[in-house]
Amino acid sequence: MARGQGAALDRKKLMADPIMMTTIVLLIAFLTLFILYPLAILLVDSLYGSKGVSLETFQRIFQMHTFRRAITNTLKVGFVVGILSTLIGLLFAYVEVYVKMRKAVGGLFKVVSMLPVVSPPFVLSLSMIMLFGKAGLITRFVLGIYDNNIYGYWGIVIVQTLTFFPVCYMMMKGLLKNIDPSMEEASRDMGASRWKVFTTVTLPLLLPGLGNAFLVTFIESIADFANPMIIGGSYDTLATTIYLQITGAMDKQGAAAMAVVLLCITLAMFAVQKYYLERKTAATLTGKASRARMLIEDKSVTVPLTVLCSLAALFVIMMYICVPIGALFPTWGYKFTPLTFKWFSQVFTKYRGLQAFRDSFVLSLIASPITALLSMIISYLVVKRKFKAKGFIEAVSILAMAVPGTVLGVGYIRGFANGLFHTGVLSGIYGTGLILIIVFVVRSLPTGTRSGISALRQIDKSIEESAYDMGADSLKVFTSVTLPLIKDSFLSGLVTAFVRSITAISAIILLVTPSYLLITVQINEFAEKGAFSIACAFATILILITYGAVLLMNFIIKHFGTSRMIKEAE
Amino acid sequence: MADMRAKDPKGVKLDHISKIYQDPKTGKEFYAVHDVDLTIEPGTFVTLLGPSGCGKTTTLRMIAGFESPDEGEIYLGGEPINALTPNKRDTAMVFQSYALFPHYNVFDNVAYGLRLRKVPKPEIQKRVTDILALVELSGMEQRMTNQLSGGQQQRVALARALVVEPGVLLFDEPLSNLDAKLRVQMRTEIRRIQQKLGITAIYVTHDQSEAMSISDNIILMKKGVIAQMGSPTEIYYHPNSEFVADFIGECNFLKGPVSSATLGEAKVNIVGVDVPVATDKSVMVGQEGEIVLRPEAITIADAGMLPCKVELSCFMGSYQNYHVRVGDTLVKITDNCPINKKIFNVGDNAYISFDRNCAHLL
Repeated sequence: MARGQGAALDRKKLMADPIMMTTIVLLIAFLTLFILYPLAILLVDSLYGSKGVSLETFQRIFQMHTFRRAITNTLKVGFVVGILSTLIGLLFAYVEVYVKMRKAVGGLFKVVSMLPVVSPPFVLSLSMIMLFGKAGLITRFVLGIYDNNIYGYWGIVIVQTLTFFPVCYMMMKGLLKNIDPSMEEASRDMGASRWKVFTTVTLPLLLPGLGNAFLVTFIESIADFANPMIIGGSYDTLATTIYLQITGAMDKQGAAAMAVVLLCITLAMFAVQKYYLERKTAATLTGKASRARMLIEDKSVTVPLTVLCSLAALFVIMMYICVPIGALFPTWGYKFTPLTFKWFSQVFTKYRGLQAFRDSFVLSLIASPITALLSMIISYLVVKRKFKAKGFIEAVSILAMAVPGTVLGVGYIRGFANGLFHTGVLSGIYGTGLILIIVFVVRSLPTGTRSGISALRQIDKSIEESAYDMGADSLKVFTSVTLPLIKDSFLSGLVTAFVRSITAISAIILLVTPSYLLITVQINEFAEKGAFSIACAFATILILITYGAVLLMNFIIKHFGTSRMIKEAE
Repeated sequence: MADMRAKDPKGVKLDHISKIYQDPKTGKEFYAVHDVDLTIEPGTFVTLLGPSGCGKTTTLRMIAGFESPDEGEIYLGGEPINALTPNKRDTAMVFQSYALFPHYNVFDNVAYGLRLRKVPKPEIQKRVTDILALVELSGMEQRMTNQLSGGQQQRVALARALVVEPGVLLFDEPLSNLDAKLRVQMRTEIRRIQQKLGITAIYVTHDQSEAMSISDNIILMKKGVIAQMGSPTEIYYHPNSEFVADFIGECNFLKGPVSSATLGEAKVNIVGVDVPVATDKSVMVGQEGEIVLRPEAITIADAGMLPCKVELSCFMGSYQNYHVRVGDTLVKITDNCPINKKIFNVGDNAYISFDRNCAHLL
């Protein structure tokens, strides 16, 4: 048997479609140059020194006490945060899906799941310090503790758990909703108690999903830069150690080797999550629930669970509210009245806030449509078309998800500061706004692609085939059929990319030059210096911008989205 | 209405076409379609029929251009089209799921292909209006597609394919999402329109009654190869294998040694009785003969050709359904208008008979 002719014809048909061909070639070039190459150069750099190829650099960093401790610190934090976030997420999801609760509690849950999406990554660290630190509102003024040290291990664990558990909650919610209630009813019918039903039916079904949530959080935690930076104190994780190795010790080669180590850890976790757990989850929980679930109304169950979750939710919300309020106090920790806008005005008068917001805003605004369009094109190619390089495109854009920002940042420094492979070619883009935009795009591409792929999988393949069959070329099919059908997903991808870009810090902080002021970098600097009020003022304005963007998107989707048009017809 | 006869119905020739797939689990390659060789005359209605996985849809998709054949060449109107992309082929397909554009209304759906062809606006208006009248959807132009019933959606899909006046119209199980009654109505409709326009149509289905009622010719496929080609009557009355006989309609098989063979007739010995069968095949006395018998061709009575014992007797309204045992073989009988006849009960002994022209020797 020879499949040669079919393959040759497929190739020929592809060649007859120049737009498609060009798109594929450009995509491959982009992904190779800005995702694969920076990672490859890290490996090359850390293996290839003045003495040729050797493990010398790795030996050197592993002899460093600080680095060895950073590895254990990172894993310890990641492990604990992963477990805590998964458990809290499961609790929230269980209460939402299984327990009859008041509408207000549901509203609280919704707010909690939204907050981490619209706020910069380190907001909770700020409020943690302001509430529970040495001059913390709660520790000093409510509890009367004067020397509470929140910096370090527990600070990071608490802040990261509060930041990441909403993601677990959303994941668990999706899974629980897919469990067919009749399975649990069957168990109950045979005489099992509620607890027994949970441990013998619900939990085993969820187990792969729990593992999945744990690993996703684990990866997020060890890749997190901003929180350990602000609240870690002397407790360094891999991400902060790498940053310090570059900015403090000026040891770029050592940082490259460290980045390789961090990347290996996240990639290994990611491989397990992607290729083992995700499949297992899909295998145990297939299909939809056949009908609505009888909610638990038993007061002895509902009251404690709702109260517990509501308190937790209120605590999280309080943490977020602390930031704008903190910006209103004259001096945090000493003088609380009268409330003042002086910090907000200082943002603009004293600290070049206007430039910071303009730079962040403009760069993110340029990056987000590129990201959204690119991720839709990738999703279209991956889901709807077949061609040889498809596997490569899909793999690389998904792989980017597992690359911590710090690693990417170091990769860009090593890969572009002296040009490609240190030859000077393309070195012109280093230090420009362009490279910042590219980093924004690369950092948001995986999320956009993932949501684009799931949106496109919902659309019957034959709709596009039919357009193609009627005589439309690839570009026409994409613009006249695909894009209008996933308009909602495109719009939310646009806003997600914008929010992610304007709140990004880990990769950017390594690449930004004095000619650009970025808000997140500014906030980080002020927080480092202990100028929390001004940091809060910056963060508040940032949250307002991102929240405004989300509101705008919801408005547009509601009034101009595809779903509305189709819904109206019904 | 203007004369809407197809300007240029095209013939299709599949020249020893094969398609190889890889089994995703075992990694083994296999022929999804193997050496399919056939010619479809312009203006005819041809059905690709077969159980799921027989390669009928793959064959259709190769004609449309979505799949590329690994062996052989496809000709459309005499031109080789292997290397053409679907959008460059003079074919239009009606999909199983209708595949209407949900963000367009009925008019825009139908006009899609014409706009791509840069047809002037007034002409688009006229052609869409005409074609919607043909599929009896006049007045529905402004509806969104999800405001239509399944049958109406399928009419829009048909109109959208017809309006571009393709050389060949392709149907991929277009009626399988409709309920039984509507299915019967729509297939008559499709046949009416195809004959009115004189267009070439290739139709994929797994429903044998659909295939019989609609086609000039049926191509019955099994595991990637053509099992039999021919007109519906040919295939029904002269199946060339047990598979074909069984797939098209209900069937009984009676086996026994051939006891005599003369020109045009053979006798097969079944449970000791020499049963005459009309045949134009040359058979040898003594070889194994297999008679194909349709359930409606058999009569059951107190006296007749072959003795049997009734194992099931069931009133079905328009007919009485019997399962009887002849020797070791189970024979199914549908006895029409049972009200005028003697009803046999389970356990009764009876005789079955059939006309020699209604039996077919495999």
